[in-house]
Amino acid sequence: MTDPLLKVRGLKIGATIYPPGEKPRDIDIVHGVDFDLAPGKVLGLIGESGAGKSTIGLASMAYGRGGVEITGGSVEVNGRDILKAPFRDVRRLRGGEVTYVSQSAAASFNPAKQIMEQVTEAAIFQNKFTKAQAEARAVELFRKLGLPDPENIGSRYPHQVSGGQLQRCMTALALCPEPDLVVFDEPTTALDVTTQIDVLAAIKDAIRDTGVAALYITHDLAVVAQVSDHIMVLQQGAMVEYGTTDQIINAPREDYTKALVSVRSIRHEEKQPTATPVLKVETITARYKGTDFDVLKDITVDLHPGQTLAVVGESGSGKSTLARVITGLLPPSAGQITFDGRTLTPDLATRPLDDLRELQMIYQMADTAMNPRQTVGTIIGRPLEFYFGLKGAEKQKRIQELLDQIELGVGFQERYPAELSGGQKQRVCIARALAAKPKLIICDEVTSALDPLVADGILKLLLELQKREDVAYLFITHDLATVRAIADSIAVMYQGSVVRYGSKSQVLSPPFDDYTDLLLSSVPEMKLGWLEEVLKHRKMESAGN
Amino acid sequence: MMQLLIQRLALGLLLLILVSILIFAGTMILPGDVAQQILGQSATPEALANLRAELGLNEPPLTRYFDWLGGILTGDLGTALTSGRSISEDIGRRLSNTLFLAFWAAVIAVPLAIFLGLLAVRYKDRWPDKLISAVTLTTISIPEFMIGYVLIYWISIQLGWFPSVAIINDGMSVWQKLDAIAVPVIVLTLVVLAHMMRMTRAAILNVMQSAYIETAELKGLGMLKIIRKHAFPNAIAPIVNVVMLNLAYLVVGVVVVEVVFAYPGMGQYLVDHVSKRDVPVVQACGLIFAAVYIGLNLIADLVSILTNPRLRHPK
Repeated sequence: MTDPLLKVRGLKIGATIYPPGEKPRDIDIVHGVDFDLAPGKVLGLIGESGAGKSTIGLASMAYGRGGVEITGGSVEVNGRDILKAPFRDVRRLRGGEVTYVSQSAAASFNPAKQIMEQVTEAAIFQNKFTKAQAEARAVELFRKLGLPDPENIGSRYPHQVSGGQLQRCMTALALCPEPDLVVFDEPTTALDVTTQIDVLAAIKDAIRDTGVAALYITHDLAVVAQVSDHIMVLQQGAMVEYGTTDQIINAPREDYTKALVSVRSIRHEEKQPTATPVLKVETITARYKGTDFDVLKDITVDLHPGQTLAVVGESGSGKSTLARVITGLLPPSAGQITFDGRTLTPDLATRPLDDLRELQMIYQMADTAMNPRQTVGTIIGRPLEFYFGLKGAEKQKRIQELLDQIELGVGFQERYPAELSGGQKQRVCIARALAAKPKLIICDEVTSALDPLVADGILKLLLELQKREDVAYLFITHDLATVRAIADSIAVMYQGSVVRYGSKSQVLSPPFDDYTDLLLSSVPEMKLGWLEEVLKHRKMESAGN
Repeated sequence: MMQLLIQRLALGLLLLILVSILIFAGTMILPGDVAQQILGQSATPEALANLRAELGLNEPPLTRYFDWLGGILTGDLGTALTSGRSISEDIGRRLSNTLFLAFWAAVIAVPLAIFLGLLAVRYKDRWPDKLISAVTLTTISIPEFMIGYVLIYWISIQLGWFPSVAIINDGMSVWQKLDAIAVPVIVLTLVVLAHMMRMTRAAILNVMQSAYIETAELKGLGMLKIIRKHAFPNAIAPIVNVVMLNLAYLVVGVVVVEVVFAYPGMGQYLVDHVSKRDVPVVQACGLIFAAVYIGLNLIADLVSILTNPRLRHPK
């Protein structure tokens, strides 16, 4: 067996946190992790947020983000402990031997510099190549990664290329200095599912062709199964399980791994439409002020009481704009909306209080949807006061009822949002929406920012509440697994139009239109070789056409 | 982008016209009468009436405004009521003196402030940062006349390096002039340094939080190179803004320093004529100061637009 390229032993990482009103204290983020990575191999690091994946990845470059500090253990790269090496050597390592691909290429590229300059910078600075050599190599990598116009794309600025293209440029940036190891930190998480599959394939090919080793960090087991040789499952800074990809996916040993593999196991039988829909959206067309194109084109959908309509599509397809039109934030230029038998006025300001009360919203970022200086009790109590005029003991009783409904129980009333976990915050937002006794709740990507297991809990809660309160959901999401779990009917949106609409079983059964087919087949499946299968299938189809 | 630039320019011009109206109207409603001022309390009513007619003070305000504006556009700022001298000529000489002083203060202060700002970022929260902050804050907190007198005592009297009075005339060579204005230049530098340095520091620190700085760090680049190549280009707009405000101050706000050093600049000229109620001079000075302010801020706006990659290189 060859010597490992990366050898991590007893790695401990800590940080100092500054809780409001308390003394700063040190916490451990990673408690003693061991692993090896052989040259040319790919190790997937998987876990939920807070598991320490990124922290471990950056530790292989002797880097701590923010106040994070490596407190113990050793990290050997090519046989040399980089935690004990002088800083000058660490700088040689960064950008030379080990490089990094971040989650958000859009933020990780300097907006003021051309792409080529940034892609070749490390290779030139580390004296790996001359400028001409580095640029030739960059063009070669652009071509290999399937970027359009590889000769000239380097002269563009980051804002001039799309998100998926920029993520590939970031991969080129990491591969340009011919490193021994690349740390991929959630490189496809921020991308649309149809873009993700192409970037994933490009990264996989690039890893294979250049023979570089990689740490592939993600929270999505189905994604990591496509690229890695081994997988390490992490939970709260400790290793849960380590094995070959095949073993982790097909024969997980630990309960936590099993839970990750079988996530999204909710079974939901679709309900039949009733006689009168609670929400009728008819031929809605809308555009934003000062623009000259329609963001929504002739949208017509229905939603029945106590049911869920999933609106699914990529970013920019107009999903959230539809929500803005229904809530009255963006008056449409044509069409009308009927809610519970009444025609809704286009503009929010002219709607009666009952229309406002019966139509509530829950947002993607629970963090920013709550006033950080109000307690949970105040946040949930506000709609009770505003819509029902509840006060004193009566209000307290209702708040506690709502907290029980969202399974948070006693003691949460006095807490502030900052003291809650991501899942708990989203539950409080759900309680706030429920407090108004709405007939319809618009859920805008409510589980997208959450870890899979937490998201699962939220979806189960939403279904449970729907059964009990007979509330309808307009569920906006880009995630098809979520759609399967919760929807009764589905509207697929593409570039401002509904391209497919019907009951869940109709929409998800063939024959498909081209876009729905692309969308459905792009969702990573938790099996080995899925990526190759899909790409082969697509190639055959396009050859057949 | 061209459209945006032209828009800004037009806006600046409009602003200047509005300011001219304001200045004209403002000096109109001031109490007091120039004719009375010139002739003294014992003047006869006939003499006052004659002088008013002669000075054109009886014309309707609108006519006088357009006469005045037309004169300015042709380079004629009118004649000073008190001395009968051409304002254009007087101001020409005074303004060039003021600009001379402002120029040399800027040449020293701007690069120094930016350099200190970069240094403060490089050694953030360590002693060089704290020292720079403390010193520049001290100099901005002390009133400028105080710094002026302290420096006169110390540099001019104790050490005897430079003269304490900054009198210059056309007969002097550039070196003689520079020698004369050395102390006021130091005073002005100390006054404007802190503002610019702190803005540079804040703007760059703000940029240093960005993910692309982490990318640069993970390329193994050194701190100074990261600041220079990746942080500074993205912090230019706020820095230029504060630099321009301070340059405007160097031209417009130096009255006190000019008085302390008996420097024959715009400030002193303005103060003299305000006390004499010489309206045309005050109007002319006000308009020039406004033009400098608007012009420099316009430049700052234009630079912000020009350095924004999204505007410079549209999709």
